[in-house]
Amino acid sequence: MSEPLLKVENLKTQFFTEEGTVRAVDGVNFEVNEGELVGLVGESGAGKSVAAQSIMRLVEEPGRIVDGTVTFDGKKLVDIVETPDGRMEESDEMLSNREMREQVRGREIAIVFQDPMESLNPVFKVGAQLREFIELNRGVSESEAKTIAVDMLREVGIPEPEARYDDYPHEFSGGMRQRVLIAMALACEPRLIIADEPTTALDVTVEGQILDLVSDLQDRYDTAFLWVTHDMGVVAEICDRVNVMYLGEVVEEAEVDDLFHDTKHPYTEALLRSMPRPDRSVGSLDPIKGVMPEAINPPSGCRFHTRCPEAREACKEFHPEYHDVSDAGGAPHSVSCIKYESVGYEHSDPLETEATGAFAGGLADMRGDDSQEAAGVSGGEVDE
Amino acid sequence: MATTTGSDTDSRTENESQPVESDPEQPAANVGWRYTVSQVRRDPTALAGLGIITIAMVVAAVAFLDQVVLPVFGIEQYAIAQAVWMSPNAEVAPQLLPPAWTTNVFGEGTWVHPLGTDDRGRDILARVFYGTRIAMSVGVIATTIALVFGMLVGSVAGYYGGRIDDVLMRAVETLYAIPFLVLVIVFMVAFGRNLTFAMIGVGIANIPTFARLIRSRVLSVREEDYIEAARAAGVRDRNIIFRHVIPNSFAPVLVQATLQIGVAILIVAGLSFLGFGAQPPTPSWGQMLSQSRDYMLPDPWFSIWPGLAILITVVGFNLLGDGLRDALDPRINN
Repeated sequence: MSEPLLKVENLKTQFFTEEGTVRAVDGVNFEVNEGELVGLVGESGAGKSVAAQSIMRLVEEPGRIVDGTVTFDGKKLVDIVETPDGRMEESDEMLSNREMREQVRGREIAIVFQDPMESLNPVFKVGAQLREFIELNRGVSESEAKTIAVDMLREVGIPEPEARYDDYPHEFSGGMRQRVLIAMALACEPRLIIADEPTTALDVTVEGQILDLVSDLQDRYDTAFLWVTHDMGVVAEICDRVNVMYLGEVVEEAEVDDLFHDTKHPYTEALLRSMPRPDRSVGSLDPIKGVMPEAINPPSGCRFHTRCPEAREACKEFHPEYHDVSDAGGAPHSVSCIKYESVGYEHSDPLETEATGAFAGGLADMRGDDSQEAAGVSGGEVDE
Repeated sequence: MATTTGSDTDSRTENESQPVESDPEQPAANVGWRYTVSQVRRDPTALAGLGIITIAMVVAAVAFLDQVVLPVFGIEQYAIAQAVWMSPNAEVAPQLLPPAWTTNVFGEGTWVHPLGTDDRGRDILARVFYGTRIAMSVGVIATTIALVFGMLVGSVAGYYGGRIDDVLMRAVETLYAIPFLVLVIVFMVAFGRNLTFAMIGVGIANIPTFARLIRSRVLSVREEDYIEAARAAGVRDRNIIFRHVIPNSFAPVLVQATLQIGVAILIVAGLSFLGFGAQPPTPSWGQMLSQSRDYMLPDPWFSIWPGLAILITVVGFNLLGDGLRDALDPRINN
């Protein structure tokens, strides 16, 4: 297989706050191939958005990319290497901020943000903003840019684009604005669009229309997408391949059908079970127990063990390795769970957590070890 | 009501295939000049302020023509004044006459000098009229200087944050720490005791007000998604600041600028009173007040007229400023 369009290796982004170092993205690996629609899924706080921002190098103080490599089409967007004296430094190959701005942002990689209400500048007309981005990234004259802008508005299904061109953002509805933002992203003909929960703020009917639009446009322009979302339904709808993130790590990666039908990681399974479906009532929904621990002080071993229904003692000790578990010849399917490693999971005693059912308390202190010990010692009675 | 587009949109469910006139979820447009103007027009006090300022501007423009433009073409200064009425510098009448309808120890008022005359027998009406130019130009120019530099410093500091913010804002605060009048007077002593330096001095002394105001706005605006969207699209920082950050931070600055013009007029009048400002014989309100000090008891009118002129002008700017604040504040919805 040829080189992927985007390759993220061991990406680590941390936020240096007063409470401590938040390891928002902690050694993430994934790839996006040319023309592929890849999902990045996880709960709120899993580090999806930070990962997306890190690719574009848009992380702001106090956040910093501390390690890893992001290669896009042979260019090193991020390349942190260890110097001989042990410090982490940007390598010479890494693009400068100026090169990032002039060559990559907007031109090669575009982002569509979550909230269409907030992503357009309220004081400028929609058309003028679209035109500005086109002028900037395609180096065309103002009148050409306007023609392209109107064409793009038509392309994304805005009725009467010539008239709407001179409207202000507040005169558009949420769905329309998201269309404009997609037009903005597509207008510069990037090779990759990072969609950061673009449909989360929209209601379901509009969401469906936007998804249709995206898959339409994707067929036509063959743009690759990195689709950041927490919605498994959306993933099933449009993605080719999915990466599941939990607490700063990618825990499972597979083709979308594999992921749904041959789920390997307990977290992914739990996510799928907690998905509302028309054939089940609310009562039979099975949400993931507990809340995600703080990324400041992640649990030892497997980070999901505090909430994992299948957790065993060994999970506390061994940090699972992220590796390919696919059958020979099958599509790649990577997972990080010690169930698929030979480190003694089978012989380990089950851990008693909220998720394994032995937990009696309500919302327990989920800061890793405390709750484990409490639950383990008293066998069900918790110091709540 | 220019901005409400179709109240029936409230009941209409969102339909993407139809052009939607306005988002039913959103209140009517609260941005743009047209909206601001329509709000101000509904506010009688703001309109009164606007009226006062407009009149003052017209008066100042005439005075400017007469005092500055005509001499450039070789025509005598105050030619217009002499043709229509009399030069504000002509010492023609008895000194310290009261207004037309009163008498004082110096004599009886006459309609030739409706507001009376000053200690040199110059017509007070003419001098108050021509004093408007100094007041208005000083107010506007000093505030513009403060606005431009304050906005640059404040927006750069707020946008970049970190060390740049520290350096710029500490410098600005240093300026803030020095008493206003002392700063301006020291500046004028160092560079020259004339009106130009009075304006520049007051402008510089006002930079902190604007820098701090706009920085506080920029701090919140820079977190908006559209700023990040612009960055993600590869817009350079300079353009983000000028095209995205400043326009979205500008409303409170506009209000402050309007109020600040009034303040600047007061300050420069004060400076003129102290002798740092427009130099005689150019008529200015502060200087008239200064001259009238010695005649306060026998002829109070000499002090009242320039004082009234200052009062009305400053109140005009304050009224407009308050009206703009109401018009631009999204929380006040009427």
